[in-house]
Amino acid sequence: MAKSLLLISRQAPWSGPGAREALDIALAGGAFDLPLAMLFLDDGVLQLTQAQQPAQLQQKDLTANLQALPMFGVEALYACNRSLFERGVDSGALNLPVELLDEHGLSALLQRYDLVITL
Amino acid sequence: MKFAIALFAPPHAPSARRALRFAQAVLAGGHEITRLFFYQDGVHSGSHNVVTPQDELDLSAEWREFVREQQLDGVICIAAALRRGVLSSEEAERHSRPAANLAPDWELSGLGQLHEAMQLADRTICFGGH
Repeated sequence: MAKSLLLISRQAPWSGPGAREALDIALAGGAFDLPLAMLFLDDGVLQLTQAQQPAQLQQKDLTANLQALPMFGVEALYACNRSLFERGVDSGALNLPVELLDEHGLSALLQRYDLVITL
Repeated sequence: MKFAIALFAPPHAPSARRALRFAQAVLAGGHEITRLFFYQDGVHSGSHNVVTPQDELDLSAEWREFVREQQLDGVICIAAALRRGVLSSEEAERHSRPAANLAPDWELSGLGQLHEAMQLADRTICFGGH
């Protein structure tokens, strides 16, 4: 059986290529039908905000790529509730259908996966 | 035991040195390295153009020597490498750039190689993530 992978994305969408490159690992894994999940943690939750204006920074919008995750078979999507709260992000208005996790949920999630990559 | 080793940090970062020392220890301990995979700023360790002062550690050179001597499968993510100007001669030609700087001991390939290595190895160890 294939090993499962939890990808933890911790970079803001405007902080360089980190967020996009983390996402690319998930999309590549999805294309190979590997069991994987993505967790948005710390500044990574800022990728989930609506109405981003990356063009103001001459950047491409990551939102459309994030929304491709379910199409690539990556449907296990999680966000850290505390990270959202600390940054004042409304958990009811995110651009992806993520499950919100508290501290207990986070540790249970980490236990469930064979492999973890944090980027 | 079989190890996949992923490096995400640039050659001057402490984690890049730790990755190399870990890889050497893996082989010294009688284990195998399924693949080395460099991603994000880790791709710079595959550049033949890194020049360090003579009395400082030249990590890129040590990696080259290590990969060559041990005949390892050393893969550098092609998308991350192109973005950061680490080019093989094929890529330099394809994108009309004046020079190639990828050291010959490395191969440019896609993220599928990372996934494959993680599936084949017993353990995956990452260096320099966030």
